Amino acid sequence: MSFGNKDRAESEVRNVGSVDRVAEEASELQRALTDFRLSVRAWSEAEFNSPRTVVEPVRRGAWRLAAGWALGCLLIAGSVSGGIVHKHHQDQMKIAQTRMIEQRRLAAEERARQEEEDLLAKVDGDVSREVPSAMEPLAQLMAEDESQ
Amino acid sequence: MAAGTALEAMNMSTAEEVAAEEYSAVVTKHRSQIFRFLLSSTRDPELSESLTQECFLKAHRNWKSFRGESSAMTWLMRIAINLQKDHWRNRRLQFWRQTQTHAVNLEEASEWLPSGERSAEQRLLAKERVRQVSEAVQGLSERQRTVFLLRYVEEMELSEIARSTGLNEGTVKAHLSRALAKVRERLGGRR
Repeated sequence: MSFGNKDRAESEVRNVGSVDRVAEEASELQRALTDFRLSVRAWSEAEFNSPRTVVEPVRRGAWRLAAGWALGCLLIAGSVSGGIVHKHHQDQMKIAQTRMIEQRRLAAEERARQEEEDLLAKVDGDVSREVPSAMEPLAQLMAEDESQ
Repeated sequence: MAAGTALEAMNMSTAEEVAAEEYSAVVTKHRSQIFRFLLSSTRDPELSESLTQECFLKAHRNWKSFRGESSAMTWLMRIAINLQKDHWRNRRLQFWRQTQTHAVNLEEASEWLPSGERSAEQRLLAKERVRQVSEAVQGLSERQRTVFLLRYVEEMELSEIARSTGLNEGTVKAHLSRALAKVRERLGGRR
């Protein structure tokens, strides 16, 4: 066998080895893909047929809604009660004012009455003091008569 | 005249009944497959169930507009893919929200292997292979993952995948090729 033939034979052996390796890799890939497919299908089958529990969705905004309602009610109650308190306060003020006005009126009346009484008393005093002087001539006549 | 109207009404009622029966048959036939695609894509059983229901609800609403140009399966798959996309987009946008996830980890997902007639060692090797592929799939882009799952789990033809995803076949092939390269790389790295 010449050197040329030997080289060709070695090259062929290398090529065959390479082809074998590629074929083995392809076969390995094929096996992996098949196993993957079988695995996914078995898993899916099991999951598809498994009974499921239906979970009612939790309303995350429920507490917000409740808080909103509570706050709303509180505001309404506050405004209503505030209105009532305000009205009550106004009524009380009105009553107090009325009372004050009445008291002032009574006091004024009393003062006027007092002033009138004082005036009358003064007039009476003046009259009682002046009458004797007015009656002086008569008193003198009476005194003369008595001396005679 | 009145008799004609009554006849028309009766025909309409019959047509609606037929449509409802057809839709019901479609649901029975394809529900598990849609669920499987969504489960393999999201790894979340509860989310998959929810999206499957949404998918069939949408399909029901638009059933009259379905003209049968593509197969019902392709049409449903397209709805499912869009729903899934919307879901991820919404989750990305609402990243600040506390989103509950029930995604199963890869270890758990690889547990599901039919026993077949394998030895314990073979089963262990198979489980490892599944875990490797699952990891690789999770690392794929959304589009690559969708194309890969439709091809290798749902075993759909390239033309069907193209119709379901709204891509042309060339693009599907390119995505599939990149996805396969990543899976191969992952499997190669194991040895």
